[in-house]
Amino acid sequence: MPPVLSLRGISKSFPGVKALQDVQLDLYQGQVTALIGENGAGKSTIVKVLTGIYQPDAGTITLDGKSVRFPTAQSATRAGVTAIHQETVLFDELSVAENIWLGHAPRTRLGLLDWRSIREGARRLLAEIGSDLDPDQRLGDLGIASKHLVAIARALSTDARVVILDEPTAALSHKEIHELYDLVETLKAKGKAILFISHKFDEIYHIADRYTVFRDGQFVGEGAISDVTEGQLVHMMVGRSVDQIFPSRARNIGDPVLTVAGYNHPTEFADIGFTLHRGEILGFYGLVGAGRSELMQALFGITRPSKGAVRIGADIRVIRSTHDAIAAGIVYVPEDRGKQGAIRALPIFQNITLPSLSRTSRAGFLRLAREFKLARDYTQRLDLRAAALDQELGLLSGGNQQKVVIAKWLAMRPRVIILDEPTKGIDIGSKAAVHEFMAELAAEGLAVIMVSSEIPEVLGMSDRVIVMREGRIIDEVTGERMTPETLVRAAAGISEAA
Amino acid sequence: MTPPPRFIPDRLQSRAARALRSWETILVAVAIAIFITNSFMSPFFLNAWNLSDATFNFTEKAMIAFAMAMLIIAGEIDLSVASIIALASTAMGLAMQAGAGVPVLVLAGMGTGLICGAVNGFLVAGLGLPSIVVTIGTLSLFRGIAFIVLGDKAFTGYPPEFAFFGQGYVWWVFSFELVLFAVLAVIYWVLLHRTSFGRAVYAIGNNATAAQFSGIRVARVRFILFLMTGLMSGIAAVCLTSRLGSTRPSIATGWELEVVTMVVLGGVSILGGAGSIPGVVLAAFIMGMVTFGFGLLNVPGIVMSIFLGVLLISVIALPRLFRRG
Repeated sequence: MPPVLSLRGISKSFPGVKALQDVQLDLYQGQVTALIGENGAGKSTIVKVLTGIYQPDAGTITLDGKSVRFPTAQSATRAGVTAIHQETVLFDELSVAENIWLGHAPRTRLGLLDWRSIREGARRLLAEIGSDLDPDQRLGDLGIASKHLVAIARALSTDARVVILDEPTAALSHKEIHELYDLVETLKAKGKAILFISHKFDEIYHIADRYTVFRDGQFVGEGAISDVTEGQLVHMMVGRSVDQIFPSRARNIGDPVLTVAGYNHPTEFADIGFTLHRGEILGFYGLVGAGRSELMQALFGITRPSKGAVRIGADIRVIRSTHDAIAAGIVYVPEDRGKQGAIRALPIFQNITLPSLSRTSRAGFLRLAREFKLARDYTQRLDLRAAALDQELGLLSGGNQQKVVIAKWLAMRPRVIILDEPTKGIDIGSKAAVHEFMAELAAEGLAVIMVSSEIPEVLGMSDRVIVMREGRIIDEVTGERMTPETLVRAAAGISEAA
Repeated sequence: MTPPPRFIPDRLQSRAARALRSWETILVAVAIAIFITNSFMSPFFLNAWNLSDATFNFTEKAMIAFAMAMLIIAGEIDLSVASIIALASTAMGLAMQAGAGVPVLVLAGMGTGLICGAVNGFLVAGLGLPSIVVTIGTLSLFRGIAFIVLGDKAFTGYPPEFAFFGQGYVWWVFSFELVLFAVLAVIYWVLLHRTSFGRAVYAIGNNATAAQFSGIRVARVRFILFLMTGLMSGIAAVCLTSRLGSTRPSIATGWELEVVTMVVLGGVSILGGAGSIPGVVLAAFIMGMVTFGFGLLNVPGIVMSIFLGVLLISVIALPRLFRRG
């Protein structure tokens, strides 16, 4: 069977970077092809080429045997190629039905919007994928999983032949991921050709029929997923075999650094109390919405708790702002890198020195040489890949942006570092680097809190795991109890005996 | 085992190479072109005293434009600046009637500016209201107070020594206002481009949330920026009142738009996050020379405003057209 969509010899360069060099990609009817590669391998670029956002410098795109070009995003949609992104690009203020039909809504003979068909069509498309969402509901009131449903219904409404799923599970909970799997099966049964981008191997093996691997903007290999082992894929991705084992480290836990007692928030969390020690990595596990990020943001001074005390070392500290938190030695690497962590239009070095300016400047006057030195010290420690330190941060890949955000906080030499989903959406190579780095930091005596929804990561990295559910701490897991089953049961509220 | 870390250079291209491709370079070219055109169009243009006189039509606005540039880079705007001038000038008039000397007059003008700036700053930074709405409101409010105090009358009879700020010369053709403009340009250049406060302004304008997550006291920086536009409006009020020798409630009407035009022409992004003080200085000179040149040629004011409008739009549109090509 010939492929539905076929790319050959695609190249794309940006100033200073060859994002894609002579790559190929084939997508087949009714099959899921997983696109695998580290951050910076060119996955996002090829998606943008496929959806008409970037124009390739060279190469051909063949759809159903005919050579095509996608000069605009609309032309790609019209040809039947549609993408569902990790952060869905939909409109919060519009209704579900309006989001599904935006740009190609059915019209009456007079050229006015045919609201009846819009609603009915939306309901029918949603029913096809087993959803009973109300077409009139405002999109902004829905969770991410429901937004994915809307995005997929939208893809079906355009009669898409090719559906690109760009890390669709990154923000989903366990249950929602399984619903997404069912949906992908539905799309396969409808004969769509699906491109699936993910960093999670269990997902890839669960869902994909074929794979294509990119490395550093080049095509490395492709084939049937059943013919390849996880180890072989990893080897193709990184060009070397990566130990997927978490770094082993001497547990050297010291005095308490951070003590939280009776911490409450009007809506997000209640009765939080725990102690964090020097040299310790404390994991926070829970389902999405369990209140973990909200708790961490309160500790970092973003939101105000209604009640409770925080003790750093021997002093009780009142944290009213991020400035107070940083002064107390607490720093926070946020989950939402694009909105809260990275200032994409500013140069790399300015992102890194932003919280440290009082140290690099003298009496408020900048000293650029010191800034460059500080930025270089920490970016090299994290093995950042960038052309220059004055490059705009937004030009780097996601994994490298994350390294910059982490470097920003290490340059502050904090006492407590809170990492919120530190490896979300980044590739295996960067992931291993971040893990190794966390182990190093703990060994140096830093107290680390890691919020993570990935069980292997939580278990592999943490000395102790606190499980949260519905805003409360419901279990603290140590030693032999640190198993996937314990965490999943606690987070889901299933008693251990059951 | 692990290879040595890769060396990352500081800069991709030299500062000179970057400067050559900047917005300011375009502005320098525009300024030179206008200068040459003007000197061919009128025999009176290339005269030191005439040129010196011409600087009065931009120095006061440019003082406000420096502070406005920083505010707009931080993603806010202050449309009440011209009304602050009216209120500050009125306060100076009242002080004069009460028999105040020159130092008190100056303090009254600057103090009123600071108070107005604090009102704007509290409403925007303290209460989190959108600055465009707040300052449209205070635009009416501040000038309204000036009208209530003055009605259709005017304050005149400022003491002769007070005339120095708007009419005096420091040395040869260099007026007090021109020297003040130059000094303020240097101060603002240092503040925006060479201090951590300036860095915070860029960070807030590009991504206020990430700036807050980096420990920047966002509300405080915003408040200070509004204090600064208020203070600069107060200083401009001192100069303008001194130059005119009188206060009417309609003083400086419409200046807020000319100040914003100057800032945007200077390459400051109206969406925030980008811009420079040298750009604003160049824009001030360009607007001043255009006004002066047209004045020498007896071109009516309305043609001048059409020209400035076209200039503004083309200077903004041209780079975008070229980049697309």
